[in-house]
Amino acid sequence: MTKLWDFNGGIHPAENKEISTGRSIQVAGIPAQLVLPLQQHLGAPAEPSVNVGDRVLKGQKIADVSHGKCVPVHAPTSGVIESIGDYPVPHPSGMADRCIVLKPDGKDEWCERFPISDYRSLERDQVLGIIHSAGIAGMGGAGFPTDIKLKPPRDRKVDTLILNGAECEPYITADDMTMRERADKVVAGLKIMAWILRPERCVIGIEDNKPEAAVALREAIQGTQIEIAVIPTKYPSGGEKQLIQILTGMEVPSGGIPADIGVICQNIGTAVAVAQAVFEGSPLISRVVTVTGEALERPGNFDVLLGTPMTYLLEQAGLQPDRVSRLVLGGPMMGYTLNTTAVPVIKTSNCIIAATASELPAPPPEQACIRCGQCAEVCPMELLPQQLFWHAKATEFEKAEHLNLFDCIECGACSYVCPSSIPLVQYYRYAKGEIRVQRAEQLKADRARERFEARQERLEREQQEKELRRKERAKAAAEAQAKKKAEAEKAADSGEAVDERAAKSALVEQALARKKASTEASTAKATATAEPELELPDLETLEKQFTQAQSKLESMQAMLEDAKAQQADNVDKLERAVAKNHDRVKRAEEALADARKTLAAQTEPQSIK
Amino acid sequence: MAFVQQSSPHAHKARPTSKVMLWVILAALPGLLAQTLFFGWGNLINVVWCIAIALASEAAVLKLRSKPIAFVLKDNTAAVTGLLLGLSMPQFAPWWVSAVAVISAIVIAKQLYGGLGSNPFNPAMVGYALVLISFPVAMTTNWAEPALLWEGAPSFGDTLAAIASGQQTAVDGWTMATPLDEYKHKIGSHTASEVLAHPTFGEGVARGWEWVNAAFLLGGLVLIGLRIITWHIPAAFLGALIVMSLAFGSNADQFAPLSLHLLAGGTMLGAFFIATDPVSAATSHQGKLIYGAGIGVLIYLIRSWGNYPDAVAFSVLLMNFAVPFIDHYTPPRTYGHHKPRRGFSGGGRS
Repeated sequence: MTKLWDFNGGIHPAENKEISTGRSIQVAGIPAQLVLPLQQHLGAPAEPSVNVGDRVLKGQKIADVSHGKCVPVHAPTSGVIESIGDYPVPHPSGMADRCIVLKPDGKDEWCERFPISDYRSLERDQVLGIIHSAGIAGMGGAGFPTDIKLKPPRDRKVDTLILNGAECEPYITADDMTMRERADKVVAGLKIMAWILRPERCVIGIEDNKPEAAVALREAIQGTQIEIAVIPTKYPSGGEKQLIQILTGMEVPSGGIPADIGVICQNIGTAVAVAQAVFEGSPLISRVVTVTGEALERPGNFDVLLGTPMTYLLEQAGLQPDRVSRLVLGGPMMGYTLNTTAVPVIKTSNCIIAATASELPAPPPEQACIRCGQCAEVCPMELLPQQLFWHAKATEFEKAEHLNLFDCIECGACSYVCPSSIPLVQYYRYAKGEIRVQRAEQLKADRARERFEARQERLEREQQEKELRRKERAKAAAEAQAKKKAEAEKAADSGEAVDERAAKSALVEQALARKKASTEASTAKATATAEPELELPDLETLEKQFTQAQSKLESMQAMLEDAKAQQADNVDKLERAVAKNHDRVKRAEEALADARKTLAAQTEPQSIK
Repeated sequence: MAFVQQSSPHAHKARPTSKVMLWVILAALPGLLAQTLFFGWGNLINVVWCIAIALASEAAVLKLRSKPIAFVLKDNTAAVTGLLLGLSMPQFAPWWVSAVAVISAIVIAKQLYGGLGSNPFNPAMVGYALVLISFPVAMTTNWAEPALLWEGAPSFGDTLAAIASGQQTAVDGWTMATPLDEYKHKIGSHTASEVLAHPTFGEGVARGWEWVNAAFLLGGLVLIGLRIITWHIPAAFLGALIVMSLAFGSNADQFAPLSLHLLAGGTMLGAFFIATDPVSAATSHQGKLIYGAGIGVLIYLIRSWGNYPDAVAFSVLLMNFAVPFIDHYTPPRTYGHHKPRRGFSGGGRS
């Protein structure tokens, strides 16, 4: 028996899973149109590699980006690219984003595939490459690129690989049905991931409300070292941090990642996708989606092509338009409502609930908090939801942050039990959003200040230099005058007649000469700055600038590598910075080359001289 | 099709505040029943009267504050405050003393601080302490003599008339000093056995009171079983009282025995129904333990060395003062953190 730990709090919401487990996984078929968002994962959006009007084959790569945290997108069936533009995508805000629209031709014609039967004969990096180019991103919800997750930083030894089959959210049964019906593929995918990571322990965590799945998996793991851990049903046991705590007794450090404690968690659907990518050579072009809710005549699980509009999918499940009041993408605890059925199924869509008004009724009006503390009792992160709520409401964000607001996983357990029906999670989201905005503004202000200070410094320096030059000129002029005066005195001393008028005219002449000299000097200066007469020092600065830019670029690249390796959030930001630095180096190089050329041109006649 | 747009979670299964409060009222009924059986109709009349005044004064303030009256009254919290005061008042307390207690509880202690959830002090105990200090005669001489309802207790009509008359002291012969009062004031000059011979103690621990306390204990256990309150505050409260009594009160000729501390006076009502008021109590489990233990210790201190024979109200109020301080020092350790983050400010990150 696997030793299990418990996590703090948790709730037992009505499971409602039986609605969608009655039938085996159905193939949803090919809709009239597929809408494929370029960003279905966490990271940078992919760039289309096809043009409107192109005919593409099933499994053909249609969008990709060579660098950064990004996975490619593939055509789920053969057809013609109809358009590339903004369409509504699954997002809590209901926003539109860039999508490739594919009109299927009904032939479902595959592109050439390269299945691999013995992946162990390959290098691990090659298998990671296969996973990357199959476009696999975490299919549990966040959509983190799987190949990056499978390549933790070198200093992090992965001891435990966890396959998350908890599926603790009510209603959702996609993983359950996948484990029941595709246990072999689940285990095959897990074995590949285990081969890449070489963990000491490999465990599949399943809630005890899925006995059929556990039986199927037990059969599939015969002869392997994989453990099956049947864990007590309690929401949110399928939260990554909670499942890790249940199975290992360890906690992921705040702000850290599971790899920090030697754990990596993968999703059931992801394992199947990995197996298909390696053994069949098929990229991620479809997924199992739970289509459920009381407003459907034929709820169940469907194998759906990515990009399939919800409208089509809901029709397949027998949507009764007059009964549906709320469409939830995801589970009832953490999912978000859709305002249109036009959005497509993407890599992270695990469930769509078409709920009737009585099924998910509107919560009663918010009342005063009575500090009952039930929210803290159920909080799996052991936060103080009630204090966070007070601070969020009072816009005391600093205090909320101090009470670990950012450790909140937004599981909704606190709102679920709140006797005063306070939408707590919404308050936390609001506070988090405000803090993020404030931080961004602070960053912007800091940058502006730095720029301003740099400019001030430069202006001051220039002023000083100017002053210095002016003083030098004044000194030179004074010396010249003194010399002239001395000569005049010498002449007077030698006994020549001193004509006052002559002396006066001499003074005037001197003044004129001075004036002329200064004008000449300034024009010389002007030409000096306009036409680089001082090439030598200029070249030096340029060289310095170039080497500086180069070293900066190198350090930035090193940082980026690190960040990538650690799967940090700022990867795309760093990437942009690197690109910018790249340009800078280029410019510096060009400038340097130009300067050298001009210098050469100017030094040539000199050498002839 | 227009779909409902709502932030997650979409599922809710809360026990609304109104239901929580209703359960508190129901759980207090065995205690009220025991009071009525052993001390006559006085408490029942007080409870009805106090609840009526509580609802009326809450409604009046809500109207002044332009708040929705029916919506707030339906949360049943004003009714609970009225109930707790009705259960705590002496059986023959004149109607106006109860009214002053309830009005100050609802208007001053609760609504002037911002209404439900914003009051730092337990409203019922503010009202109780206020009348105890202001009208000491009415609050100490009106305790009914323990007598079974069907054996010699004043009739319903007589009791109602005594309360409604507004007299500071009720009919002599109907009332009797409470066991804690009797013990406290006699023990210096008498031995324990002499003191305990007084009829107020009866054959058990404290005539009538023992059953009332047992009934409140029962109701309290029901509340814990229903997860309306947690065990922390009552356990720490009673545990501290027991420890204090064992540590200091072994000599019965000097201090009241432990059995009297637990089963006479308002101990069980205080431990399960008053100290557990979530609004004015500490929030974390650790905090609740400290808060409850503090009340237990203070009750023993005041009962043994202070001027008041029962001390639930003052102890609860004193610990209410300490709640922000306790909360400050007892945050839970958040998942993924080494240490709990103390304090309220953004400074000093751990």
